[in-house]
Amino acid sequence: MEKKKGLSLQTILTIAGIALIYLLAFLLDRIPGVPIMLTTVLRKGAIYSLVAVSMNLLNGFTGLFSLGQAGFMLVGAYTFAAINISSGIRSTVYQYYDPLLKFSLTETLQNALGSTAGTVLGVFVSLLLAGLLAAVLAYLIGLPVLKLKSDYLAIATLGFAEIIRALVQLEAFAPVTNGSQLLRGFPYFTDTFMPFVIVGICIAVVVLLINSTYGRAFKAIRDDEIAAEAMGINLAHHKRMAFIISSFFAGISGALLAMYQTTVQANTFKSAMTYEILLIVVIGGIGSISGSCIGSFLFIACSEWWLRFLDNETYIGAFKVPLLRTGFRMVVFSVVIMIVVLFFRKGIMGTREISLAGLADRLRKESVKGGKEA
Amino acid sequence: MRNILEIKNLVVTYGGIEAVKGIDLKVEEGKIVTLIGSNGAGKSTTLKAIAGLVRPKTGEILFDGAELAGKSTDQIVSSGVTLVPEGRRVFENLTVAENLRIGAYLRKDSLADDLARVYDLFPRLKEREWQQAGTLSGGEQQMLAVGRALMARPKLIMMDEPSLGLAPIVVRGIFEIIREINRQGITVLLIEQNANMALKVADWAYVMQTGSILMQGSGKELAANEEVKAAYLGTAK
Repeated sequence: MEKKKGLSLQTILTIAGIALIYLLAFLLDRIPGVPIMLTTVLRKGAIYSLVAVSMNLLNGFTGLFSLGQAGFMLVGAYTFAAINISSGIRSTVYQYYDPLLKFSLTETLQNALGSTAGTVLGVFVSLLLAGLLAAVLAYLIGLPVLKLKSDYLAIATLGFAEIIRALVQLEAFAPVTNGSQLLRGFPYFTDTFMPFVIVGICIAVVVLLINSTYGRAFKAIRDDEIAAEAMGINLAHHKRMAFIISSFFAGISGALLAMYQTTVQANTFKSAMTYEILLIVVIGGIGSISGSCIGSFLFIACSEWWLRFLDNETYIGAFKVPLLRTGFRMVVFSVVIMIVVLFFRKGIMGTREISLAGLADRLRKESVKGGKEA
Repeated sequence: MRNILEIKNLVVTYGGIEAVKGIDLKVEEGKIVTLIGSNGAGKSTTLKAIAGLVRPKTGEILFDGAELAGKSTDQIVSSGVTLVPEGRRVFENLTVAENLRIGAYLRKDSLADDLARVYDLFPRLKEREWQQAGTLSGGEQQMLAVGRALMARPKLIMMDEPSLGLAPIVVRGIFEIIREINRQGITVLLIEQNANMALKVADWAYVMQTGSILMQGSGKELAANEEVKAAYLGTAK
C-alpha cells in the first residue's frame, strides 16, 4: 500500500514539474528581450535530447552499441524537407536540377484546411513520415547488421551512416535531394514551445516503452543475452524492434533539426554528430532518460554558449591569452569525455532517473539520520 | 508413468566436432533425472539442444509427443520446457521482482499466484524483492535463477550445474529446493558435476562421457557402482 502512495505522489510531482517546464517555455516565447543564446540552447537542446534518448534506448537499454544515429537523422531531415518545399521557391532551390517532387505537403494541407490547421497537420504528418522512412531504412540495415555484436555493430552502423550521407549527395538522387546543395523553403519554427511539445511527446512514448514488458525484455537482453534467450525472449525480433524504434525517433529529431536550422545539407550529419550524441549519452548516464536530457542541454549550452570563448582569440590589453583559437573548444570537450570515461563512468545520472519524490524522500531520510546521530 | 521427454539419436556438432554423438535419453514424468559426467562430456550441450539454444545436427527431441528439434527457444519455452542456465546468469541491473517477471515473459495471464508461489519457496527473495539482482549473494542468485525459470510454469525444468561455485551448505539448500519443486509436480532434468549430491536426489541417472552415454540406472545403483565411484565420486576402488 505504502508503495502505491509513494508512486502517486511521485506522479503528481513529476506532472507538476513537467507542466512548469512547459509553462516556462510557453512564457519564454512571449517575453521580449530573451537572450538569443538561451533560446538557441533550449531549442537545439530539446532536439538533441530526443536523439540522445533514442540512442540511449539502443545503447543504454538494449545494449546494442550502434553509431548510426546521424545517418537516420539525415534521412529524417531530408524526408521532411523534400516533401515540404514551397512551390514559390522550388525552382530557385533546385537550381541545377528538375525537381522530382512537385508538391509541398504542408502547402496542400494549408490550402485545404486553412493556414493554422494545415500547418499543424502538415508538420505533424511530415514528421511522422520522416520517422517512418528512417525506421524502414533501419529495418533494411538491421537485416545484415544486427547479427553483429558490440564494436563490430558500432563500426557497421557507422559505416552505413556514412554510406547514406554519400548516397544522398549522389547526382542520381539530386532531383530529390538537390545533391550537395542545400534544401530550404520548408516550414520551420520560430518558437521554443513547439519543439518542446513534439520532443516531450516522443520521449514520453520512449519512457512508456521502457517501462512496459517490452522494455523489460530490452533490459534483460542488455544484461545477459543468453539468459534472455533461455527465458524465451526472441533476440532477433527484440533487437530489430529496438533498432527500428530508435531510428524512428532519430529520424524525427533529424526533421526537427532541419526545422530549427531552416536548411538541410548532408554535411551537417557527419559522424562527428554521432560522437556528440554519444558524448551526451555518456555524460548523462547510459541507461537514464533524464540523464540524456540533462546531458544534451548541458552539452549544447557549453558548445553554443558557455565555452564559445575558447574558440576566439582573446587579448587582455596587449597580452594574447594562450591556447585560445579556433578548434580549442573541441580539445576541451575531448578532455572532458576522457575525464568522464575514466573517473565518472556512470555519468551524471548513472542508470537512475530524476524523481522529485525520490529527492524529497532522500532529504527527509538524511535529516532523520542526522537527527538520530545527534 | 509416461516419458515426458524422449531423445533419440541426438547429434550436436560445433564446427565439425561432435560434442554429442548420438545419445538416447528418456525422462519420466514427475521424476528427477540427472546427467552426470566430467567437463566436456556434452552434458550442457545436450541441455542447450533441448532448449533450442543450439541446433542439433540430427536426432529427435520429443516433448509431450511433440518434436522440439528445429523449434526456436521461445516456442520451446511456451511449450513448457525451461532452462536454468549454468552460472546463474541473473539480470544484474534489474530488481529481483523484474527478474521473476522476465521469467514469465511469454505468458499473458496474471502472475500474482506464481509470484506468491516463488516467494513461498524462497522467502529470501521476497525480502529482497526491490533489490538489484547483481547485489545478491551467489546462493540467492541461484534461487532467483530457479525462481525465474519457475515463473514460466514449466512442466520440465532443466538445471545446468546449480551447485557451481556455491558453499556446501548452500548446495544442500539448493538440492532441498530441487526436491521440493519436484514434489510440486514438476519434472526435473539436472546436470551436475557434484555427482554425489545429484545421485542422491535423482530417481534415474545417466553417466555421460565424451559425447556418449556410458551407463544408466537408478540413482542408488549408480552411486554404488564401482566404476562411477572411481571416476566421479572420488572414492578409491
